[in-house]
Amino acid sequence: MTAIVRRSGGNPTNAPDGGLCLALSDMGSSEATLSSAIRTETTFTVNGRRVQMELDPRESLLDVLRERLGLTGTKKGCDHGQCGACTVHLDGRRIVSCLTPAVQVNGQAVTTIEGVAAPDGTLHPLQEAFIDNDALQCGYCTPGQVMSGLACIAEGHAGDDDEIREYLSGNLCRCGAYAGILAAVRETARRTDSRVGEG
Amino acid sequence: MLRPDGTLKVTGEFAYSSDLWLDGMLWGATLRSPHPSAWIRSVDVGPALAMPGVFAVLTHEDVPGEKFYGLEHKDQPVLAIDQVRYQGEAVALVAADHPETARRAAAAIVVDYEVREAVVDARRAAFDPSCPPVHAHGNLVRHQPVRVGSTFDAPVVVTGEYEVGMQDQAFLGPESGLAVPGEDGGVDLYVATQWLHVDQDQVAPCLALPKEKVRLSLAGVGGAFGAREDLSMQIHASMLALRTGKPVKIVYGREESFFGHVHRHPARMRYEHGATADGRLVYVRAEIVLDGGAYCSSSPAVVGNAASLGVGPYEVGNVWIDAYGVYTNNPPCGAMRGFGAVQACYAYESQMDRLAEACGLSPVEVRIRNAVSQGSKLATGQIVDTPAPLADMLRELEAMPGPGEPSAARDLRSLPGGVAQTTHGEGVRRGVGYGVGIKNICFSEGFDDYSTARVRVELLGGEPHVLVHTAAAEVGQGLITIKAQIARTELGIDKVTIAPADTSVGSAGSSSASRQSYVTGGAVKATCEAVRERLDRMRAGHPELTLEELLELYGPVEETREYRHRPTTPMDPLTGQGDSHVQLALCVHRAVVDVDVELGLVKVVELAAVQDVGRILNPLALEGQIHGGTAQGLGLALMEEIQVRDGKVLNPSFTDYLIPTILDMPPMRLSILENPDPHAPYGLRGAGEPPTLSSTPAVAAAVRAATGLDLPRVPIRPEDIALVPAAG
Ligand code: FES
Ligand code: FES
Repeated sequence: MTAIVRRSGGNPTNAPDGGLCLALSDMGSSEATLSSAIRTETTFTVNGRRVQMELDPRESLLDVLRERLGLTGTKKGCDHGQCGACTVHLDGRRIVSCLTPAVQVNGQAVTTIEGVAAPDGTLHPLQEAFIDNDALQCGYCTPGQVMSGLACIAEGHAGDDDEIREYLSGNLCRCGAYAGILAAVRETARRTDSRVGEG
Repeated sequence: MLRPDGTLKVTGEFAYSSDLWLDGMLWGATLRSPHPSAWIRSVDVGPALAMPGVFAVLTHEDVPGEKFYGLEHKDQPVLAIDQVRYQGEAVALVAADHPETARRAAAAIVVDYEVREAVVDARRAAFDPSCPPVHAHGNLVRHQPVRVGSTFDAPVVVTGEYEVGMQDQAFLGPESGLAVPGEDGGVDLYVATQWLHVDQDQVAPCLALPKEKVRLSLAGVGGAFGAREDLSMQIHASMLALRTGKPVKIVYGREESFFGHVHRHPARMRYEHGATADGRLVYVRAEIVLDGGAYCSSSPAVVGNAASLGVGPYEVGNVWIDAYGVYTNNPPCGAMRGFGAVQACYAYESQMDRLAEACGLSPVEVRIRNAVSQGSKLATGQIVDTPAPLADMLRELEAMPGPGEPSAARDLRSLPGGVAQTTHGEGVRRGVGYGVGIKNICFSEGFDDYSTARVRVELLGGEPHVLVHTAAAEVGQGLITIKAQIARTELGIDKVTIAPADTSVGSAGSSSASRQSYVTGGAVKATCEAVRERLDRMRAGHPELTLEELLELYGPVEETREYRHRPTTPMDPLTGQGDSHVQLALCVHRAVVDVDVELGLVKVVELAAVQDVGRILNPLALEGQIHGGTAQGLGLALMEEIQVRDGKVLNPSFTDYLIPTILDMPPMRLSILENPDPHAPYGLRGAGEPPTLSSTPAVAAAVRAATGLDLPRVPIRPEDIALVPAAG
């Protein structure tokens, strides 16, 4: 008998967030009947953790992250490279994971939204800035926006508002939280800049 | 106060409906009709059933209970019975152990269709008696007239025909949910929805289960905007779960999502405004035809809004409106942010601009001359009995600083269409436009609209703690923040937990019609007051004890209350008269655009808005609502349309259905007014929808000002600007 459990354990009727927290008791058991003759052994890291798996070459990185590794923070908004909700970093560069065959990331380092906060749970300054600027409503685009925002800053494309908007324009937000997203990235870029200056 | 779910959402830990997982669960898939109108001669599920990994294949014959459901009328089959009435109608279901297996099995089902003529013209459906009926009971869903006065001639007359395309809510998190068979023969359904109890009301009879055996919990909602008011996968997943005895998850892909929910009604509208030479309205005549598509959904309420708010927030003594909602074989339409009011607003505001021009007045002046205020009578005879300072709002909007003139040495990125164009700004013209909108807040026309809250105060770890439980859906609007704020304020206790929304508490009504802060906010407030009274009574007996000691002595204090707003009345079926609305909210927009008249491209340079919200509860979330509503209005003005030809959707993807990106959404100036509504909790006024109304006509007016074109249709397409045949 399987139980519906909260991701972090505890009483499901008491989620402090007001959202439902059903979660994954055990992922990766969904081999099911869909079999493919071809399997490719693939090794990569996800958020620093080494992963080695036999992959169907047709599986997208997004599906492998979500359905096989239990990393559901990365979202599927379209599965066609049109919305940016599935943005992750591959060796530090942002990609849409829905258009990336998972076998292709062999030997590379994938970072997802789950790998952004410090291991002790301390949020990254950009995550803090998203909360402080209310840069989200439903939050469905947010993991992708954060990954895109991080890359935008790292690429040096956060010089002014126009530039930030240009380099975040691949990430749709239907709730229209763009003003907050812009403010969060701008604020974090400035802070990062001044830290560089201090160093 | 910041969102309690903010941290979970920025770390990817927030569990949306598509993230749910149970060991051994199956995946459901839906076979949908490729035809907008056809008889079904036969369905052969054999090939699907024979596939390894397939656990069940179901058709309408497997629906355990009632075969039809619907929000206002039960006219939609759970699965098609002998015929299909729109492209995308669900015909059969599959459960399999892998999503891809389920999809392939669905594709293997053989359906023999006999295609028949599709009714695709809403005006024909409304007015042509020879039009084939989409349903046996005819094509008219609702006709609502409004009749006031008898003077229908005036010195100045302006007329226009307007059209609004079919807009999609396009929430980013597609329909999804998980149905788990219960040990009692019932089902537990975890789903992203706007109204758990109305889902329960519709699901249970179709499963032939008593309501208490259909338990719903809200899963994380990836946006809603009206599209989750109707059922999508709820009954389907439950049927599969009950049949297989296993948990079943259904997740729509983006393309399926375009067929999986209702859209905004496309509208065709004819307006005639009569006025005195100095621009005071004498009469308004209007005919509004709303295409409801194949099933009823919330069309009757949409028609009611279009009729009752059809002249906008203006005083006019003579009104003759006919609003129609009709069935066609187009995709079903229902709730989307601002429904009914959005379509009419685009038309009456376009008319106000024509009137301004005819009278030689500025767009702002003509609106001020006719603006409603407290004490005005609406076209329905209802008196505006709360502050409605429209004229002041317009004056304030006009006085707001603008973006300034474009500099000669402009950055190419700032041009309409950006850098990648063949010309570089030679054809760019600037325009400014205004729009005004009025929206009814909460459910209207006599609906028993209420919400329920349960509030418990108890000691946890020696500290007083509040648990607030409602069934209200947090869809991103920030309702859980508001509920926590209210509990904290009313009880003076810092530790507040918002319990997940589910059907183990009474109905909260829908997260729509901008109503949750008002109604569920009101319920939480009323319940906290009841809890406070009990605490006060306990305190009176033991004035020496602290709250902690009282709770220690008496144990937890829990109260449940329902909250209702003041009643409304139906609209008279012949004259439209009645106090049909609870609360009315105003928003005004100014848009500044640059239009490349050679390329037909528009860039919105700036948007400014003034909105009266009665009382600000959470400034950050409120601004987010105004920005978001404005963005969706901008989308309707310039890019968003489900293109339907012969009943078929041509663009079910984000490549072809465009929604505003961060580049399309300009900086906004906001002025938020607080003129309280004494009837509402804290004096607040619902805020989510009004900006969606007024931004569309403001942007359209600005494009007209830049181009000199009529532009009687939204969204305005590049060809409407660049490929207009020269006059004469
Ligand atoms: S899910 Fe990958 S871009 Fe939309
Ligand atoms: S917050 Fe809802 S899509 Fe961005």
